[in-house]
Amino acid sequence: MAQSAALPAEQYNYDIIRRFMVMSVVWGVLGMTVGLYAALELAFPSLNLDIPQLTFGRLRPVHTTLVIFGFGGSALFATSYYVVQRTSQARLAFSWLTEFTFWGWTAGVGLGALSYMAGITQAREYAEFEWPLDLAIAAVWICYLAIYVETLRRRNQPHIYVANWFFLAFILAVALLHIFNNLAVPVSLTKSYSLFSGVQDAMVQWWYGHNAVGFFLTAAFLGMMYYFVPKQAGRPIYSYRLSIIHFWALIFLYMWAGGHHLHWTALPDWVSTLAATFSIVLLLPSWGGMINGIMTLSGAWDKLRSDPVMLFLITSLSFYGMSTFEGPLMSLKSVNALSHYTDWTIGHVHSGALGWVALVSFGSFYHLLPRLYNTKMYSQKLIYVHFWLATIGIVLYITAMWVAGVGQGLMLRGFDEYGNLAYTFIETVEFLHTPYVWRAIGGAFFLTGVLVMVYNFVMTIMAARLEEAVLAAKLAAKLART
Amino acid sequence: MRHENIEVNSGLMILLILVVISIGGLVEIVPLFYIKDTVEKVQGVRPYTPLELRGRDIYQREGCYLCHSQMIRPFRDEWLRYGHYSLAVESQYDHPFQWGSKRTGPDLARVGSKYSNQWHVQHLKAPRSVVPESIMPNYPWLLENDLDYADVAERMRALKYTGVPYSESQQEYDANVKQWGKDVADLLDINLARESLHKQARNGNYDGFSARITEMEALVAYLQVLGTMVNFSQYEEGYFSEFR
Repeated sequence: MAQSAALPAEQYNYDIIRRFMVMSVVWGVLGMTVGLYAALELAFPSLNLDIPQLTFGRLRPVHTTLVIFGFGGSALFATSYYVVQRTSQARLAFSWLTEFTFWGWTAGVGLGALSYMAGITQAREYAEFEWPLDLAIAAVWICYLAIYVETLRRRNQPHIYVANWFFLAFILAVALLHIFNNLAVPVSLTKSYSLFSGVQDAMVQWWYGHNAVGFFLTAAFLGMMYYFVPKQAGRPIYSYRLSIIHFWALIFLYMWAGGHHLHWTALPDWVSTLAATFSIVLLLPSWGGMINGIMTLSGAWDKLRSDPVMLFLITSLSFYGMSTFEGPLMSLKSVNALSHYTDWTIGHVHSGALGWVALVSFGSFYHLLPRLYNTKMYSQKLIYVHFWLATIGIVLYITAMWVAGVGQGLMLRGFDEYGNLAYTFIETVEFLHTPYVWRAIGGAFFLTGVLVMVYNFVMTIMAARLEEAVLAAKLAAKLART
Repeated sequence: MRHENIEVNSGLMILLILVVISIGGLVEIVPLFYIKDTVEKVQGVRPYTPLELRGRDIYQREGCYLCHSQMIRPFRDEWLRYGHYSLAVESQYDHPFQWGSKRTGPDLARVGSKYSNQWHVQHLKAPRSVVPESIMPNYPWLLENDLDYADVAERMRALKYTGVPYSESQQEYDANVKQWGKDVADLLDINLARESLHKQARNGNYDGFSARITEMEALVAYLQVLGTMVNFSQYEEGYFSEFR
């Protein structure tokens, strides 16, 4: 076998993975810092500083874009490019196109964030990019698809490994969602109006919005899970059959669930009821995925005591299970009547985004970094420190948001003994102050954890460079002697 | 079919994934464009005037939708706090919709005519000067910036392309006169866009400056029309529920 003689670093394109990983961490730090600042603005409104670019309304999309598309997106590019190469035993196709996906994606995210601060936005949640950026992103995405499919086609394995099914569904679904949700009529380079209006527009947007969660933040990260959990555990995936069933069920059901974002609105009841029904059924494949991941550790549970990377991966699956239980619960119309429009939703998103998406990414990064740089992690202890900072941060965050959301929801529907409203709206805003402070503290914990990871990464990479230089010098000295 | 056949064939897998992910959207979204009862048959809802439209653009620019919903739900507490629940027809000219998903501040679907123009100006400039516990940012620049309305006709034209009945030809104008009367039809005429924006600003004087047209002028004009187009006294209780 000719290819087994070559080092992985030569056989595969690792350079693009290193770069996407570094950018993912950079976007993560920036995006979470903006998130923390926005959280503090809600607790202390004077922090808006009367500067248009820094007001909450403009910073919020900066935060969501940097963490979802910057941090999450770059992490997905990095891991999917790694996984498709390793599981196909083939080098990434079209290396010049991979360069384009890197620069295109990075520029798109950066320009998007700046454009929102300048007030250029489509005013659609998680799809705020104006149309020129939408087009650029679509171009990057089509190249991503081409690279991915061509690499799969060049595989030296008869079977396409399960992680790739998830990545493939993610790439295809996001293309579909992105194109239809962003149909718009341009006025100028910086302004467009959406093609649809009112109730139809709302449904298209939340079909997109919910499946940005379902495919970008779930299916794709399940792809990550299906490679890195078995790898780190050193065991095969728990059930091959379960992975087949939960894959097809998950991608089928998710697309029906978007309407639960529009319960009790002017959306017709039949759509909302269908969406709620499918959201409940969605619990099954979601937990199928969680069980498949966690049970992979069966017979190797001791790794939870000895391997901090395993802690990240298994805890992320636990949060995945928790938030995919909470989601169907919140999609019940009666629960939604209370939770909708409140911070409960924000808490729910973050238990998924921090608990699942970010933790599984960190676990995968800790697995990847030593392999990409051919060295060991600088400090195992700091991985533990990161893990606990992150976990404490998430728990503080979501608990604060439960208090805020359920509390405000109950206050708003409270009546006094004469049947009048018990509270004015502004009284509920006053009540939110304390949970908002705790939420910011939780976010600060989480961000501090990320900074610990950055330090650990930098030290590891520097050590790897030093090792390489020493090796090169030794080799040179040896050559000089002969 | 054995699953193995899919696992060894990337083309087949792509095809099957596309089929499976398309069904939900096709079933739930496409009918919304064809089922007539999706949008209620109600009189009075008209497109935004040029000034209101520019106000709506500013509303979007500042990200107001991230803290304020424009969608009242059919619950007693919302009825008491905000008024009649929102109808689909009330946002039928909203490109994009601005229903929102979070109420960090109160719902705005029926904020129109509830407060005076002066209150809105003061509140937008410095929210805590009228509501001490508010956590809304100050928006002093809305009064400092003159409104740019050079391209308002182009904006209306783009919206016309999406189906909003702004008029450009005589025939379209006549249709608008028939539906909403001459005064409204004039405001919806693209050929008169700049003059009618000017006129509405002069007459309304939403920002308190008679000599200037500021961004505040447009935003307040927009806020003051929200939820005011349908005359609910014309309809029997229960009429709207036939459409739900």
